Amino acid sequence: MSKPFVIANARIVDPASNHDAPGAVLVEDGVITGITNGAPQGIPDGAETYDAQGLVVAPGLIDMRVFTGEPGHEYRETLASAAAAAAAGGVTSFVLMPDTTPVIDDGALVDFILRRAGAKASVNILPAAAITRGLRGEEITEFGLLKEAGAVALTDGRESIQSAGLLRAAFTYARNFDLPVIHHLAERTLVGDGVMNEGALATISGLKGIPVEAETIPLARDLQLAALTGVRYHAAQVSTGAAVEQLALAKRRLSTVSAGVSINNLSLNENDVAPYRSFFKLSPPLRSEDDRRAVIDGLNSGAIDTIHSGHDPQDTEVKRQPFAEASDGAIGLETLLAAALRLLHSGDVPLFTLLRAMTSRPAELLGLASGRIAVGAPADLIIFDPEFPWVVKDMALRSRSRNSAFEGARMQGAVMHTFVAGRPVFSHAATAEGADA
Amino acid sequence: MATSSPASGTGGQGVARPAFRHRHLLGISQLNQYEIVDLLDRAEAMIPISRQERKILPTLSGKTQINLFFENSTRTQSSFEIAGKRLGAQVTNMSVKTSSVAKGETLIDTAATLNAMRPDVIIVRHGASGAVELLSQKVGCSVINAGDGAHEHPTQALLDALTMRQHKGRLAGLTVAICGDIANSRVARSNLLLLGAMQARTRVVAPRTLLPRGIEMLATEVFTDMRQGLEGADVVMMLRLQHERANGRMIPSVREYYHFYGLDEEKLSFAKPDAIVMHPGPMNRGVEIDPAIADGPRSVITEQVEMGVAVRMAVLDTLLADREAQP
Repeated sequence: MSKPFVIANARIVDPASNHDAPGAVLVEDGVITGITNGAPQGIPDGAETYDAQGLVVAPGLIDMRVFTGEPGHEYRETLASAAAAAAAGGVTSFVLMPDTTPVIDDGALVDFILRRAGAKASVNILPAAAITRGLRGEEITEFGLLKEAGAVALTDGRESIQSAGLLRAAFTYARNFDLPVIHHLAERTLVGDGVMNEGALATISGLKGIPVEAETIPLARDLQLAALTGVRYHAAQVSTGAAVEQLALAKRRLSTVSAGVSINNLSLNENDVAPYRSFFKLSPPLRSEDDRRAVIDGLNSGAIDTIHSGHDPQDTEVKRQPFAEASDGAIGLETLLAAALRLLHSGDVPLFTLLRAMTSRPAELLGLASGRIAVGAPADLIIFDPEFPWVVKDMALRSRSRNSAFEGARMQGAVMHTFVAGRPVFSHAATAEGADA
Repeated sequence: MATSSPASGTGGQGVARPAFRHRHLLGISQLNQYEIVDLLDRAEAMIPISRQERKILPTLSGKTQINLFFENSTRTQSSFEIAGKRLGAQVTNMSVKTSSVAKGETLIDTAATLNAMRPDVIIVRHGASGAVELLSQKVGCSVINAGDGAHEHPTQALLDALTMRQHKGRLAGLTVAICGDIANSRVARSNLLLLGAMQARTRVVAPRTLLPRGIEMLATEVFTDMRQGLEGADVVMMLRLQHERANGRMIPSVREYYHFYGLDEEKLSFAKPDAIVMHPGPMNRGVEIDPAIADGPRSVITEQVEMGVAVRMAVLDTLLADREAQP
């Protein structure tokens, strides 16, 4: 196995234990075997030392919502290119959405993903399996066999199941196998032909709007069905203040429900769309500034549990189109931490809250041993400089697609080193940004 | 700024004007009131050319104009074609059915291909809001928006304004009621922007299902009752109701729509006695307008068509003549 090493002179930040203090982390055989305050102690012979130079050492990020193009659309993204982007962004594990061609709705395909990931990917790829065959929202898949094959969760990815009866059956059967269900919220007839947040801006732009209720009506249904069935339910992504209110209310009674938010909905609002910038065409759409403030409050209050990138590679052909005709989605693995740190620097969200939503909380929801700095936990670790200034340049990104909503953005905070099970998988010094900085 | 005042109604031939600062005409939203007045003055000066026997003012001789229409529109396309030809330009019509766009080529590829043929101006109509602006970013020539989705149709608003000015002598202070399918209308948006910039009082009149959220940002007043909306209006502008809207989702039936929102003699009697009736065409007689009104003495609908040619001549001349002055 790998040689033991020590990350010394670090600011260790572990949200799971509310620990934020100088110290050192010892890693042996891919596992954290020691954490000391101050100078390292009890170092085994031959251990290498990384000098963290006072930077933050945190658990590697766990991203709950990532799309790739493998299998079926490898020109958009492969598992290997997504993993490279993840490593550069400090993401050591991500939940892979089943929206591929073919759809991941069969145990053999889960197995394919795990074998491909094991052979090609530098970070942990956690496959989620489809709730319904072909993501058609009609028949449920083989939850038990999918779990045996290695699926960590059930989700229909970009699709939202419309039938309450089918959802009830899926929730009930998922509980049978103790699988979490992650569900995207979009009431199809209210979304209609809508392409951005409904309101004055959409009207002036001549674009069809998507009302807030397209999210809150399915959320209300899902929360009632979660209460009825006892399923571990995760609202894939909420974007509105009204949804945050519903979640806060539901969480008073139910410990089995949780919710995620895209970094895009925390960082951007509907004004970023103008004029017709299709890289900002997302689902859910970027909402009003009031809604953005409300989801930030929801993150701080605990109504929202997790932050994800929603990484969704789309090629130029489908993205550089008139706004209404362009595909939804933006890449985000490499910019996730930096964009999240904007909320720290703006004073909106404390560091523990941000990191918890991308480390220990996803780990709890998915039943993972990672997401914390603790003796015995996997050595999925990042070293990051919360102040490092850089500019997002699309051509420097590792994703095969270029549809970043943060293209040209000035960031404060960058990942310097990423370790997966003790293996170094990314070093900032070796990159172009590192060289010209 | 310009020497003419916004309320000026006279043709400005011979008056030194500042160079037009825009390469494209993508929307009324890009124009200030002085530029609007300037374009209207230039258009007014173009009217006599179309009325003379030899209808030619060859300022664009040797220039290439491409009409690129992704949506069918005989009326607007022929208006631009005639305007270009009267200025001496070489005009090529490209309709989507005969082009590679039908074979799945992207808009940007189309733009690059046409650009390589070195046209001087491309007139574009497209079904998606913002599509014309996107295309304009990819070509080296001027682009004129002939209608994009539910966003803008600037030459329509200019020709409507010219028609109003011809009849009323001014735009400022006029009360203009725009009636019908506001939600899906680019004509309504461009008119609201233009009339707002010219200090006219704008009203939108429609059933609530055809009023988009936030429309009060664009219109002075919002009405759901036609009689109240027309009360004291100087101009009544009717919009076309697409038949597919009256399918029980937005509007229950044509019959109910006509009853409450169709312009007939009785509803029109609430407007000023000298109010004019406008329609961008093509009309649905018996859906949004009584045939007797459409063809009656207060209708200026055919005059709008004539002003359309003058406005498009003026826009072409302005964009291309000013291009010539630049290196």
